[in-house]
Amino acid sequence: MNTVLIQLLQIPVPKDIPLEMPLPHWLLVALLIFSFLLHILFVNLMIGGTALTLWAELLGLRKKEYNDVAIEIEKTVTLNKSLAVVLGVAPLLSINVLYTVYFYSANAITGLFWISIIPMVIVAFLLGYWHKYTWEKLRNNKSLHIAIIAGATLIYLFVPFIFLTNINLMQFPEKWASVDGFFSAMTLANVFPRYLHFITASFAVTGLFVFWYFGRRSYEFEKNIPGFSRYEIRRKAMSLAFGASIAQVVFGPLLFITLPTEGIDWDLVITIGIGVTAAVFAMVWMWNSINAEEHRMEKYFWPIVLALTITVGFMGTGRQLYRANALQPHQEVMAQKTAEYLQLVEEAKLAAESGEMEKAENIAMAGEKLFEQNCVVCHQEENRLVGPPLKEIVPIYEGKKEALIAWIKKPGKKRDDYPPMPGFTQLSEEKLESIADYMLKL
Amino acid sequence: MDFPIFHLDFMGNRWLIAMIAILHVLINHALAVGFAPLVTLMEYRGYLARKTDLEQQKRWDDLAYKFLFVAFVITTTVGAMTGVGIWFSAALVNPASIGSLIRVFYFAWFTEWIVFVGEVILIVIYFLTWKKSNRSDKAKRRHIRFGLILSIFSWITMAVIVGILGFMMDPGNWLSDKTLFNGFTNPLYIPQLLFRTPLAMIMAGCIGLLLVAIFAKKDNPIRPKAFRFVSIWTLIWVPHVVIAGLWYYYKIPDLMIGNLPVALGTQLFQAWYDKLFYVMFGAVGLAVIIGLWTLFNSRRIPKWLMVLPIIGIFIFIGMFERIREFIRKPYVIGEYMYANAIRVEDYPLLQKDGILPHSTFVSVSEVTEENKLEAGENVFLVACTRCHTTSGINSVVNRFERMYGKGNPLNVDAMKTYMRSMHKARYYMPPFPGNEKELDALAYYIKSLQTFPRTIEGAQLNGTPAVEYDIEKIKEHIKK
Ligand code: HEC
Ligand code: HEC
Repeated sequence: MNTVLIQLLQIPVPKDIPLEMPLPHWLLVALLIFSFLLHILFVNLMIGGTALTLWAELLGLRKKEYNDVAIEIEKTVTLNKSLAVVLGVAPLLSINVLYTVYFYSANAITGLFWISIIPMVIVAFLLGYWHKYTWEKLRNNKSLHIAIIAGATLIYLFVPFIFLTNINLMQFPEKWASVDGFFSAMTLANVFPRYLHFITASFAVTGLFVFWYFGRRSYEFEKNIPGFSRYEIRRKAMSLAFGASIAQVVFGPLLFITLPTEGIDWDLVITIGIGVTAAVFAMVWMWNSINAEEHRMEKYFWPIVLALTITVGFMGTGRQLYRANALQPHQEVMAQKTAEYLQLVEEAKLAAESGEMEKAENIAMAGEKLFEQNCVVCHQEENRLVGPPLKEIVPIYEGKKEALIAWIKKPGKKRDDYPPMPGFTQLSEEKLESIADYMLKL
Repeated sequence: MDFPIFHLDFMGNRWLIAMIAILHVLINHALAVGFAPLVTLMEYRGYLARKTDLEQQKRWDDLAYKFLFVAFVITTTVGAMTGVGIWFSAALVNPASIGSLIRVFYFAWFTEWIVFVGEVILIVIYFLTWKKSNRSDKAKRRHIRFGLILSIFSWITMAVIVGILGFMMDPGNWLSDKTLFNGFTNPLYIPQLLFRTPLAMIMAGCIGLLLVAIFAKKDNPIRPKAFRFVSIWTLIWVPHVVIAGLWYYYKIPDLMIGNLPVALGTQLFQAWYDKLFYVMFGAVGLAVIIGLWTLFNSRRIPKWLMVLPIIGIFIFIGMFERIREFIRKPYVIGEYMYANAIRVEDYPLLQKDGILPHSTFVSVSEVTEENKLEAGENVFLVACTRCHTTSGINSVVNRFERMYGKGNPLNVDAMKTYMRSMHKARYYMPPFPGNEKELDALAYYIKSLQTFPRTIEGAQLNGTPAVEYDIEKIKEHIKK
């Protein structure tokens, strides 16, 4: 979409916030990408960990040994979810600075759901603790215990929708006018593929995490999970990661196809391409790891992590590239409009200032002039002329402007040793005012 | 003006932020800053008892762990999320101001965030390593030392945040010099910090008493001791809070009211302020009474009574934060931006051209005879809804009726006269930002609200106004 079209389509173009960026643009972008990926890593682990806990406990209904697996996985969620929250603040700050207008507009349009992220996540966290600390107490009430963690899982599965809807909506100002609230924003083309892509990634990441966590030498596996061998569980974890990665072969392209074309260019295609290539390597190694003997499965782990880090890094960059491309024309129009507006503000300010000065001057000037034209012939400052001097008559009307005006219009007869003063009915109300103002200021 | 307008027409937008922010402050003060040292001290108390009586040590340790458990669960759920919630709600209600603040205070917030991350990690570690630390004396000693570090860190977090807030509150600074250091040299900083510290400790004590009553059952041999322990903790901080409170109390007016140029603002402030004084001494007094009572006779005291000082202090903190907010009015950013999110600088232009032509997300951009009501509604949305609703909390209709007599039909001319000088009449309101035509439309709209009350929805339900395409122009463009 080009800049002319934006104006023709009358896409809303707000004005930007007229303040300097705190850091150079590239640095903010780098901070945004990096801190966002870190945040998402722990969000993945929080969602995946909770879902796996539920899954293992469900399996535990058939085979008791799975309960230990559930308990052990659940333990990791406590720290991961706290990190997910606190690490979310940095990307939030950065996106707020970089895309203030777009992000906040999307927030406002989906407002009720956006703010309800707070209570929803609080409830999910509390359910998580409740579940974690009642394995003993609710041993004989499995359905309740499972319902608790299922509740938490459902919330975790829903909240990403809100985030993704916002992130998607902010990229398309042309859609803002046609969207009414959260649900209609959710149905914009790209949201569901994004969601599937994200949730699947959560399981891939969590699978790898569990593989690592249970494989650490310091981890007393036989004591904590007596019903399984270390090899068995780790193989399952790696299989989960592999299965989820295979699913991305479907969801990834689906996401790409449904992207509105306005942000796609060759840079983006190449960036995503590199990410995909690295992912292919990771998947081959995962397959090898699953089929390897116990002591050999380990050796694929770090290469896989490295390859996926590359994938995620490039995908994260691609995501940012797309956003930058999609918004660029709009940002240009916005910058132009902001500059024009600031110009107007400046002009109005100057005009108002000089206008006020002129007005103030006019009053003072006009008063003085009128007095000179009409009154000086008979009234001097110090000395008596035809009429009494100003130093005598001004104090009489201190604070009584109305009375003074009344006198000028229609003077009375006061002093016996003076002639009567003529009335000034020909002067307009305004002129009388300014004469009176002038005199009372003396 | 430049953001789709989020609006809650019943609760009012200010309450959304206030609720979340006050909850956050309460949890932070009581359960993080206050509880960290209280729990550490309790753990240490158990450790000291180990020589004489192992059973006792276990019970102290158990109780301390339960204290921490409560603090941990609440701070890592409600506490952490309301911290983020302040951002979310402020960004919804007043995006222009929070957007501006972030640009200028990016580093301040980054610092605050780093400290926050540190605090969360420390409390998670302190909590999760508790059980393991009971393996040996050495491990316990290390754990207690860790608790001490956590206590200091929590306090530093508060000290940093108070400094940053102090800076942002201080009108004038924003425009002249933007170094963060100012927040800490601000003459109010030290009194405020010295005041908040003992207050946090007392809050922790009051909640602690309640927790002892809940967790140490009647047959627990350390119950009376624990009561005494926590009540002494609470009472020790009382003189501090009184002295620092008085200091702070006498410091605020000369420094802050200096900014309220209108006598009326000052009067109103004084009324609030006196109330605050009584509530503070009432709340602390309650804490003292309950503290002394449990100290001398913990057996007789009913549980529900212990809830009273907690509520008292909560009310006090709520009022305290509200006054601080009030002092800031009519600005959100001192002397730079009014609470209606319009910059002071923009006023001459807007009062000349009107606000509608310069607003992006309004449904009409000019007042005409035909669209007067709709225009009035738009003006209301832009100029008044950050603080008022149509018929909910702080409803405009109500406010006008209160002035002109309940039930009397509102008079458009009288309202216009009032709104022309609303900033002079009530200093905490910004001046009316639009032009004469808009003023007229607004008054007309408010009057219509009195006759036909109706709510207005914000962008979260209504979306943003649709625009009409000029098809011909687009065709032309495509041809080219
Ligand atoms: C033709 C001469 C003459 C002119 C011109 C004249 N005055 Fe006077 N003015 C007098 C005289 C004479 C008196 C004394 C009247 C009396 O005390 O009865 C007087 C008295 C006054 C007084 C005193 C009233 C009082 O209550 O003591 C004021 C005020 C005054 N003039 C203002 C003005 C102003 C203003 C003008 C110009 C618009 C003006 N005069 C023009 C002759 C003049
Ligand atoms: C900064 C927030 C803010 C803004 C913006 C604001 N007001 Fe107010 N207004 C208040 C507060 C606070 C009160 C006092 C409420 C109370 O007394 O409880 C108030 C009171 C009033 C009153 C009653 C005043 C009195 O003397 O009792 C009227 C009328 C009023 N507002 C109208 C408006 C109109 C119309 C607008 C929009 C043009 C507006 N306000 C914008 C905060 C604001």
